[in-house]
Amino acid sequence: MLAFIIRRAFQAIGVLLAVGIISFAMFRFAGDPVNQIVSLDTPAAEREQVRRSLGLDDPVPVQFARYLVQSVQGDFGVSYQFRQPVSDLLAERMPATLELAFCATIFATVFGVLMGVYSGLKRDSVLAKVFQTISLIGISLPTFLIGILLIYLFAVILGWLPSYGRGDTVRLGWWSTGFLTLSGWKALIMPSITLGLFQMTLIMRIVRAEMLEVLRADYIKFARARGLTTRAIHFGHALKNTLVPVITIVGLQFGSVIAFAIITETVFQWPGMGLLFVQAVQNVDIPIMAAYLMLVALIFVTINLAVDILYTIVDPRLRSTIRQPA
Amino acid sequence: MAETLQMAPADMPAPTSRIGRFLDSDVWASFTRSKLTMLAAALTFVFIAMAVFAGVFAPQNPFNPAELDLLNSRMPPLWDEMGQAPFLLGTDEQGRDIFSAILYGLRISLLVGFLGVAFSATLGITLGLVAGYIGGAVDAVIMRIADIQLTFPAILIALLVDGVAKAVLGGHLDEIMTLSVLVFSIGLSFWVQYARTVRGSVLVEKNKDYIAAARLIGLPAPVIMLRHILPNVLGPVLVIATINLALAIITEATLSFLGTGMPETMPSLGTLIRIGNNYLFSGEWWIVAFPGIALALLVLAINLLGDWLRDALNPRLR
Amino acid sequence: MREGRETMSVPVLSVRDLRVEFVTRRGTLKAIDGVSFDIAKGEVLGVVGESGAGKSVTGSAVIGLIDPPGRIAGGEIHLSGLRIDNLPPEEMRRVRGRRIGMIFQDPLTSLNPLYRVSEQLVETIRTHTNLSASAARKRAIDLLAEVGIPAPDKRIDSYPHEFSGGMRQRVVIALALCAEPELIIADEPTTALDVSVQAQIIALLKRLGREHGTAIMLVTHDMGVIAETADRVAVMYAGRIAEIGPVRDVVQNPLHPYAQGLMGAIPSLEADAQRLVQIPGAMPRLSAIPPGCPFNPRCPHAFDRCKVERPEAIQHAEHRVACHLYDQSPARTEAVA
Repeated sequence: MLAFIIRRAFQAIGVLLAVGIISFAMFRFAGDPVNQIVSLDTPAAEREQVRRSLGLDDPVPVQFARYLVQSVQGDFGVSYQFRQPVSDLLAERMPATLELAFCATIFATVFGVLMGVYSGLKRDSVLAKVFQTISLIGISLPTFLIGILLIYLFAVILGWLPSYGRGDTVRLGWWSTGFLTLSGWKALIMPSITLGLFQMTLIMRIVRAEMLEVLRADYIKFARARGLTTRAIHFGHALKNTLVPVITIVGLQFGSVIAFAIITETVFQWPGMGLLFVQAVQNVDIPIMAAYLMLVALIFVTINLAVDILYTIVDPRLRSTIRQPA
Repeated sequence: MAETLQMAPADMPAPTSRIGRFLDSDVWASFTRSKLTMLAAALTFVFIAMAVFAGVFAPQNPFNPAELDLLNSRMPPLWDEMGQAPFLLGTDEQGRDIFSAILYGLRISLLVGFLGVAFSATLGITLGLVAGYIGGAVDAVIMRIADIQLTFPAILIALLVDGVAKAVLGGHLDEIMTLSVLVFSIGLSFWVQYARTVRGSVLVEKNKDYIAAARLIGLPAPVIMLRHILPNVLGPVLVIATINLALAIITEATLSFLGTGMPETMPSLGTLIRIGNNYLFSGEWWIVAFPGIALALLVLAINLLGDWLRDALNPRLR
Repeated sequence: MREGRETMSVPVLSVRDLRVEFVTRRGTLKAIDGVSFDIAKGEVLGVVGESGAGKSVTGSAVIGLIDPPGRIAGGEIHLSGLRIDNLPPEEMRRVRGRRIGMIFQDPLTSLNPLYRVSEQLVETIRTHTNLSASAARKRAIDLLAEVGIPAPDKRIDSYPHEFSGGMRQRVVIALALCAEPELIIADEPTTALDVSVQAQIIALLKRLGREHGTAIMLVTHDMGVIAETADRVAVMYAGRIAEIGPVRDVVQNPLHPYAQGLMGAIPSLEADAQRLVQIPGAMPRLSAIPPGCPFNPRCPHAFDRCKVERPEAIQHAEHRVACHLYDQSPARTEAVA
């Protein structure tokens, strides 16, 4: 078990290193870091001096090592457009993105599991067919169109919900939260649905497929032969056994949710990291792009690792098979 | 009580012509069985035809500023009291006819989609063939990169490539350059699936006798790969390509919507939606609605075709 | 024979003319076609036959677990006098587990891997009794002790995968015994186990049946197991009972040609290997059961009547056998001719 986690941790570090190389290459070669410091009309000699002071004449591996060390310390350089440290910009916007991704995941999981279980148990019912149709639409419709549609319905026509922003936020230390105000909650509704819809259809499809699979299992037949109630069989036995893949998907998708938040944040002008990233791409602000890539990679590998560990907690069989590698 | 009943082989003579064989195949049979698939195919065909003959159907060339008249701006669709011919679906704030803009935008979206898929398929197939056939370190490096890339959503990769390409090319890009960057970034985001599929098939085929025979008679590796291995993987590649066409179109639309894709001077469907989104609150719903519907229908139709193709070519995957 | 059978008491299980069909796209398949038998209190009925003969389907039909597209198409099933084949689902659920216990072939897949043995036992006990959680746990420990699991108070909180195959099958048996059922259906209970463990499980089943007076329907394709365990045996072929009778008679003096072939196939330690006779051919698929006697294409004694007329069960000494060879009534022979 421990060996398994250590092996996974090494793989994670490998991925981070690879992403580090890419983001260093972007940082170093796609934009000239000297331009961050000096203005366009700076004479060449002065530029050269800045270049040397930044260590840009060192061998590339040395520069890479320095970049990595700085990244680990949270120093990602200075944004071209904002003239502020990238780490400050990201830290300021991270709570918005994480709260949005969190709500979207909760929404997707709750409704995805409910719809999946229902259509797995009653797969020929009308409602199950409706769910299937919704899932097809959820996969086909681009996220931003769903967002626009929601805005048009609930903000323009009905005027129930705000169309942009986070509402009022409360600061808890460096973390700004929208969970403590009514307007914050209202502002979360539409972006969470928009962001979560795709994951919801994904979860629904997986739960349905797993449910159909598990219901054919011998232990379900044995549970029926033992005279257990239908409710106990469906929700006690079948559902618990479908949850293992669902946990994996929900966990692994959390990283994607954060990355997909780029689109949702743009539609709803949500002041998160995604919106910052899109502005960085529009304005070719390389340090922000490189830092965002590193950050998302870090979130991804952390989640992957956490899911691996969580897996072993839910499924007792894995605990022992991992403990004694075959 | 699992019964494995074999279907009796039909006693009909096999059609000899290529078209005859196709009409006789299970693929065609499953196509004519599903009304939804036929509808999707018809819709896709109409979309492609409208895009190709946009110049014929459109009353206006929306890419030509000289044809736009600000006096015609923000006109509602024809069926509205305020609507005016020839602006069937209304106009935007520059007096651009929405219907014409959709046709020309469809052209851009489909062009980027097809080129992006062609680029990613070529890249993925090549890398997959090379990785599978050569093996060893080359294989390891290519597939590691594929693994890492697969961890990230395609849209993120596309945005990054787009941003970096712009940084490298520097400053302001013209429309054709922007389109090329889009094709490039979409191509780079979607090659992994082709590479994995092709590599898997190569590993299976590589050890078969006919490949050994081809090697023995001294055929060079590229010839063996292209002539003998490639045809075996075209089925799955076609399925991936169809589904990826929908994804590529969505990605292009998303990039354009985010403002890093096609410029307003040569709008794709995504750009039109981006423009229209600004007029949602002032009541000009048609600017965003019709391009949005067109995009949704296009993607839905292609997805349905892709689903059907996957089931028809490989019933076991269902 | 046991004395209970001689008195006129109601049998625990009585199956009359049971028919089970599977509706498929290519037509209706008759998986069980007119099967009748009784099992008395404390009696072990062995049901034997090749795979696909309908043994397991019969078991599933009795406990009411035939899933669509299968359905009971005719006949009656009585449990201690109560007709159960047409009970509403909720009432049939209460019969399952409480009055009929079932044991499946593969103990590996019969237990839910994600729940502790204690959870699965207590859940079953509390479904069928009014015991409190702690009383149910106590009973669960007693049950595990009864089926021969050492240190049950410690082992009860293990997960299924932490038991060996034989121990797992003991857990499955304990689960089937939770509510002291009148009837246990054991569907190939030893097939998935090591040979050394098989005998232990069989002995356990026998002992439990004796001690609790439980009737046991033992489904297996292993004549050796039947010979060792059963009081009576039913030989099934293509969804019908070819021959049924006291186990000693059927094993030593089989009447039906198919049973004769099958008994020839019992490996015996005393006799030499040449006694193993092979029945030529294979059992027909359900979609292609020949008219008349389903065994006629493979039967060495088949004559014209076997190809057209389906043989009914005939009482012959203590056996009932479905074979025209034993039909003494000249009237019927003439009627066909």
